[in-house]
Order: sequence, then structure tokens, then C-alpha cells
Amino acid sequence: MFQIRIHGRGGQGVVTATEMLSVAAFEEGRHAQAFPSFGSERTGAPVVAFCRIDDKDIRLREPIMEPDALIIQDPTLLHQIDVFAGLKPDGYVLLNTHHSFDALGLGDLFKGRKAERFCTLPATQLALKHIGRPIPNAPLLAGFAALSNIIKLESVVKAINKKFSGKVADGNVAAATEAYNMVKEKMKEFADA
Amino acid sequence: MLKQTEGSKAVAEAVALCRPEVICAYPISPQTHIVEALGEMVKAGELTPCEFINVESEFAAMSVAIGSSAAGARSYTATASQGLLFMVEAVYNASGLGLPIVMTVANRAIGAPINIWNDHSDSLSQRDSGWMQLFAETNQEAVDLHIQAFRLAEELSMPVMVCMDGFILTHAFERVDIPSQEQVDAYLPPFDPRQVLDPKEPISIGAMVGPEAFMEVKYLAHAKQMQALELIPQLAAEFKQTFGRDSGGLVRTYRADDAETMIVAMGSVLGTIKDVVDEMRAEGHKIGVLGIISYRPFPLAQVRAALLNCKRFVVLEKSLAVGMGGIVATDVRMAVTGTGLRGFTAIAGLGGRSIPKASLHKLFRQAEKEELEPVTFVDLDWDAVNKQLERERQNRHSGPIAENILHDKGIVSAKFG
Amino acid sequence: MSFQPVKFYQTGTFTVGNRLLAPDERSVQASEMRSNSINSGHRACQGCGEALGARYAIDAAMAESNGQLIAANATGCLEVFSTPYPESSWQVPWIHSLFGNAPAVATGIAAAMKVKGRHDVRVVAQGGDGGTTDIGFGCLSGMFERNDDVLYICYDNEAYMNTGVQRSSATPPTARTATTMPVGPEPGNVFGQGKNVPEIAMAHNIPYVATATVADLRDLEYKVRKAVNIRGARYIHLFVPCPLGWGSASHDTIRLARLAKETGMFPVFEAEHGEVTSVLKIRRQVPIEEYLKPQKRFAHLFGKHAHPELVARLQAIADRHIRKYGLLEEGDN
Repeated sequence: MFQIRIHGRGGQGVVTATEMLSVAAFEEGRHAQAFPSFGSERTGAPVVAFCRIDDKDIRLREPIMEPDALIIQDPTLLHQIDVFAGLKPDGYVLLNTHHSFDALGLGDLFKGRKAERFCTLPATQLALKHIGRPIPNAPLLAGFAALSNIIKLESVVKAINKKFSGKVADGNVAAATEAYNMVKEKMKEFADA
Repeated sequence: MLKQTEGSKAVAEAVALCRPEVICAYPISPQTHIVEALGEMVKAGELTPCEFINVESEFAAMSVAIGSSAAGARSYTATASQGLLFMVEAVYNASGLGLPIVMTVANRAIGAPINIWNDHSDSLSQRDSGWMQLFAETNQEAVDLHIQAFRLAEELSMPVMVCMDGFILTHAFERVDIPSQEQVDAYLPPFDPRQVLDPKEPISIGAMVGPEAFMEVKYLAHAKQMQALELIPQLAAEFKQTFGRDSGGLVRTYRADDAETMIVAMGSVLGTIKDVVDEMRAEGHKIGVLGIISYRPFPLAQVRAALLNCKRFVVLEKSLAVGMGGIVATDVRMAVTGTGLRGFTAIAGLGGRSIPKASLHKLFRQAEKEELEPVTFVDLDWDAVNKQLERERQNRHSGPIAENILHDKGIVSAKFG
Repeated sequence: MSFQPVKFYQTGTFTVGNRLLAPDERSVQASEMRSNSINSGHRACQGCGEALGARYAIDAAMAESNGQLIAANATGCLEVFSTPYPESSWQVPWIHSLFGNAPAVATGIAAAMKVKGRHDVRVVAQGGDGGTTDIGFGCLSGMFERNDDVLYICYDNEAYMNTGVQRSSATPPTARTATTMPVGPEPGNVFGQGKNVPEIAMAHNIPYVATATVADLRDLEYKVRKAVNIRGARYIHLFVPCPLGWGSASHDTIRLARLAKETGMFPVFEAEHGEVTSVLKIRRQVPIEEYLKPQKRFAHLFGKHAHPELVARLQAIADRHIRKYGLLEEGDN
């Protein structure tokens, strides 16, 4: 079982992100379970949502306390809550920022971990460019697909098209595709370095 | 059709497939998504003929359903928590009048302190209301139980609550097989009421009944639920024939055959329990699970049979009878009267407190060694409790309890476990 | 040939004999075809204004709907005295659910009729003043606001009579009830603002609101028949004296209802979509004392320890109604 935790703020599409992720996994014939942290948070408040992916029926209902992957939709959360709590030693981290981990003072994060599984992505900028609104969830999902290979880009695209239609869907797909390529490029650079 | 969808959405689709004729809606978390989806279907003309009524309270929701059901329309509503309590007078009235209304309860805690998260206090507070109560373990089962509930309600002319864990199920996206309209139509015939308000044949419903007949009327409500003990397994078997799935029934066991320790529970926590039991089985522990689907009627004989061969059992329940202990546990202990079995009660998950596998591992291992207290409060913060008790000892004007405890615990928004 | 109109007003009686009228102008009750919706044998007290009012109202509704009527009933006297099971007096399909939910139950029935295509079936909900102005008020307002296709009839006898004469929000100031006893410096019920449900109903802009009394049963029948033919939420507030609760003589029920209207204490009017469209004028204005004195619930206002100042305040209420609704004939004042 692969467990993903997504952190963000109310209004950033955090819950939608896990739902789309679960739909993407479902499209690949896998079992998936997405659920929010069940708060009554208003716009701007920290929000957590979870997604489990497995090849068999998922029965577990506890919140994800030891994630295999973290997607952080808002870097300002790093100062507010311990988003990295419980992250597995070989876990993935995808952070929405146009800065680097070092620039954010997060260089220490990699210590004892697999640095190639840590990646930043300017998802908000991509969203603004393609969708016109700062909703970074779709590009982050695509970035996560590129980083982890847990799901395919085409599945993310399918999930986007199930959730949205028309221009919004097209914009999200465009943002996702660029994000996917951007992360793949970064990973190649990392491998080459 | 297999879908990856939200529990509430799936239940709304299932309810729509049952061709309800009147739906009453009043918003309360976490059931809102269900009636929202149904409202959209009615507005869009996808669910017709159907009247979707936005009422002014849960009391009105149940009252409108009483009127429409008595007038011969298949009637549905959904609620949770405070909403269920607000409609209680009408809840009892619906069963007293023998009206086959189906209601989803998206189980949620009861305040004060106000809390929107899951436990079973709401529907269990209606234990004696005369409604049948079926608890879903998964969203698939929630879908299937709604279809069975309309059959059950209408065959007995008694109302049914389908209980599903608020947020944990209602807001979870997972794989659900939504049946076809043809399948549901084959399983669920049109509503043919036992009593109906019709100018052609005027009857009086709801007259005053004095001491000379009241007990008989009440006994008949009990007799209906005793009939339901026979009918529920039949409906589940028939459901399997039509839909090809095991869903519903009275109880369900898991790895129980040679189990020395049995864990009894209701609802979605059964999933987590099964995962823990698999892990413990892998280590050689003789442990099994008994899931109760039908809480009312309570299947005493089936529970007894399922526990007869174990040595001890733990009832893990998301409810608390204040001043007493367990609510489900009381019924389970009644079922095993005279067997000499050791029974333990574990209160867990109140107000949405998560029930992690780690806590269950610890609890079940203690149970195996019979080291548990008769009533255990799983993951209770004794420090916080004792601090407040001490505060009350020392200060007459100790202030509001909930606020004091929150103050002691500090900021919790940073936690997500 | 000179035309001599029939004068329905006979000095001192207000009564109109059916024998003076052409058959098609006769009242529903005068017709041998009346449905007897509440059959004889019910257990109301002698002189019960509610039983009389309900009989006229429901028979009129039955006549106007060609017998296609379903009734919902709130808990209260009417429910209790009409259905000592199995001796139900109701000849219409009838349901009693709870004290506070008759409007919502009626909404459900109306929804069921709509979904079943039974547009011919009309739905009536009924309750006393407690069930309407107090405990059922939320459901009533909801039914109004949604403009559900229900005619709600409130039988107002100004207190909770079924439970033993306790105060409701329809109890008039100074009136003695079991919970507003005539003791202390402010005897009887308080001088509050009261809860004027007909006006509140009008504030919902529903298609039809009317008040009526059992002193003018022809007017009541007319209003019920009119209401039955209107789609949407309708409200009739019917003034029904209660000999038991008011401490009045059984034979005074009609007289007290008439005095309530003639003093101005109970304005009788019709309103459509929130606007008053007609009022029944006061024929011969009488001072409030004439209305109060035959009722033991006001006895403490008179006699040895009289409270003329309270009587004056009640008169002021009546005068305000007269001004507000224009209850006096032109030139009368």
C-alpha cells in the first residue's frame, strides 16, 4: 500500500487533489481511498487530505500518519505545522514553490533520506499561467506522477477531465503536462549531476 | 457500474435508483452531500417523479416524510447528530405510526461540546425508537443497505435508518459498484402501502390509544422487529442473487473459526480491525472479528452463536452510555448470558478521535491476556482528565470543562494523526 | 316593479334563516348533501366553538373539493375529542402525528399528491392556537414560506385548553389561565405584544389569509370555499370560544364570538398576497366590557377589586384594531 498525504490551505483544492489522485489510480485498475482530514476549516486554514493506493481492497480507516509521500501545496505551512511528521525514510516530498529547498532553508531535510525523491515545483505559477487561478493541485499531481511513477500522467489527465470540463479542464491538463515535464527534466538533471 | 466516487454521492445514486417520491432535506454535516446530490438530480429532471423539499428543520424533515409516507409516497430523508436529536419526537412518531420511511444517518457525535466528527452516539440514542438500524462497513455496503432498507421497511411497514460513519465513509472517495436501474427495479417493487390516506377510502391514522390497546400496539412494533430478524438475512440472500454481492445481513464474522479472542464492532472501524487481525494472525494470535450490521433488531442468537466458541471478547464501540459504559456491549453481554465468557468494553473514537492500528494492537494484546479493565477508554488522555479533576477539587469556580481541557492541550490544529 | 332586496340583518339576532334563501345560496351545513366530515358522537364539551368551527370548515372544504380532501391534525382538543379510538368521528382521510408538526405533515401529503398526479386532492391542516402560534409555528412558517399547497386552519380559543387552560401566545392580556393566575399586582396574562399570526402569515405574502369567527358561519364557509380553490399556502384563523377555558356559558359561544368581532377585539378580514382585501365591518360597536363580563377569565377586572385601568388598556387594543383595519362603517365614528 502506498500512502500520500497532501497539505495545503482551504481553497487550494487539497481535498479535490486527493480525490483526483484516487480517480487516477482507479483508472489504472487499482484500489484507492481518498479522504479529507474532516475539519470545518474555512478558506485559508491549513487542510490535510489523504490518499491510499493499493492493488487490493483497502480496509484501513486510520488517518495517514506515516506517509510514503507528501505533497505540500503551500510552503508557508512549513512554518506553521510539522508537515513532515511521520514521513517514511524513503518517502517522496513534492513542494509547491518556485524556490529551491536550500533557499527555503530546508537543505537539512534530505539528511539520511533519498535526495532524489525530493522535488520542488512552481505549481502556483503553472496554474496561473494555464488556468488563470492559483489552484496548484493538478500540476502538483502530475509532478507527483513524474517524481514517483506511482501513477501515470495520462491517468492524472483522465482524472482532471472527470472532475472538470471545458476550458478549466484544458487549462489544468496543460498545467499538469508542463509540470510533469518539468519534474522529469529536474530528475534527469539530478541523475546526470 | 464500478466507480471511484464519494460515499455520499454513491448513496445519493443508490437512493435515486430506489425511486423515492418525496425527499426532505435539511443541511447538517456530514450528510449534506447526499441530499445535495439528490436535489440536483430532481432539479435536473433525472429523478422523476419526485418532490424534493427544502424544509426548515430536521423536525420538519421527518414530519414531511410522515405526511408523504402516510399518503403513499416512498419517502426519504437524511440527517446526523443534533439533527437526529432535533427530530426525535417525529422519529418515534414515524415508527409508532408504522410508516416505512428510510433515513440515512451520517453518524456524528452529539454535543456539547459541539463536534462535527464521527461516532455512533446519534443513532444509538435512538436505540429504542422503533426504527431498524443497519450499519455499513464500507461505502459499497452503504449503497447496498439503502436498497435493502427500502425493501425491509416496506415489507414490514416500519422505518429503517441506514447508518454510515460521518466523514470516514460519507466523504471518502473509494471504489463502489453502483447497480443498474434494472437490477434495483427487479429487487425493489413499487411501494404498496399497508395504510394510506386516500379520499376514496377515508381512514383515521394516529388516533389516541388508551391503556386498553397501547401495549398491544407497542408489542406489534417489537414483533415486526422480530420478523425483521428473519427477513434481513433473506433480503441479503436475495440481494446476492440479484446483485452478486454479499452485503447486509445481521452479523458477519471474519477469521473467527478457531479464534480465542473475538473483537465485536459496528461500522467502518471493522476495516481497520480486520487489518490488525490479519497482522496478529500472521504472528500466530488466535483472534477474529464479529461485525454487527443490524443493531436494531439486535441479533441476540447470531451474536451468541458467533461468540460461543471463543474464550473472551472485546466490544469496541464508538459510543458511551454515560454513567454505565458501553451501549453495544450491554446488548452483546445479554447475548452471551450464561456462557461464562469474559467480555470487555472498549470505548474508542468518540467525537472523531482516530482509531489507529497501533492502539488496536495494544488493546487486543491486552485483551488476550485478560489484562483489560471491564471498560477501557482507548487513547484517553488521562493527564488532561486528571488535571481538570484536580482543578475542580481545588477551585469551586473552575469554569467550563471543554474550554479548560482545550487550553491544557494547547494548539491542536498542527496535528493530523 | 320595485325590487325588495332581502335584508339579512335582523335586529338583535344577526341570523339568517336558510329558508329565506334560494337553494344555491344556502349554506353547506343547510344542505342535505353535507359530508358530515366530523360525525356526531365526538366528545367535545357543550358549546365547543372549535367543534362547531371545524364542522363548518371541513364540510365546506369537502363540498368545494368534491370530497377529495385529506386532513392533518395537530395534537389538541380537536384531535382528542374526535378520535377516541376506534370511534373516529372523521369521515375524511385524517392523520394526527404530533403537536408541533401539522403544517409539515400536510406539506408531505401535498407533495405525495403532487408526485402521484392527484391534483384534484386538496390538503387541509388544522390545529389549535397552541399548536399553531407556539409549538407548530416553525413548521407553519416553513410551509408558508415555501408556498406549499396546504390550507391551514387555526382554531383559536386563546389558550391550551386540552392540557387544562394554560396560556398560549394567543391568550389576551389580563386573561386568567392556569399559568397566568389573577393574583398579585398584575393579575392575569401580561400585556405583551402578542403574536398576531394572521399578520405574520400575511408577511409571508402567501396567496390567501383570512380570519373568521363562529358567529358568522356563512362568512367562514365562504372563506373556506374560496381558500380551497387557491393553490399555494393559505391560512384561516378562526375565532372559537371555549366555554370551559373561558368560564362562559355554553349557550354564549356564538354571542361571545360575535362580541369579539363587534368590540374590535378580533378583527375579521381577508388578505391576498399580503394585502388586506376586505374587512367585515362592525355593525354596532359595543364597549369591551360587554365582551369581557360574561367570561370568568376576566372576572378579576370587575367587582370589588376592579381594574378599570386594565379594562381601558384592553379597550385601547380594540380601538387600535378598529383604526388599523377600518372596522367601522363610514360615518359611524
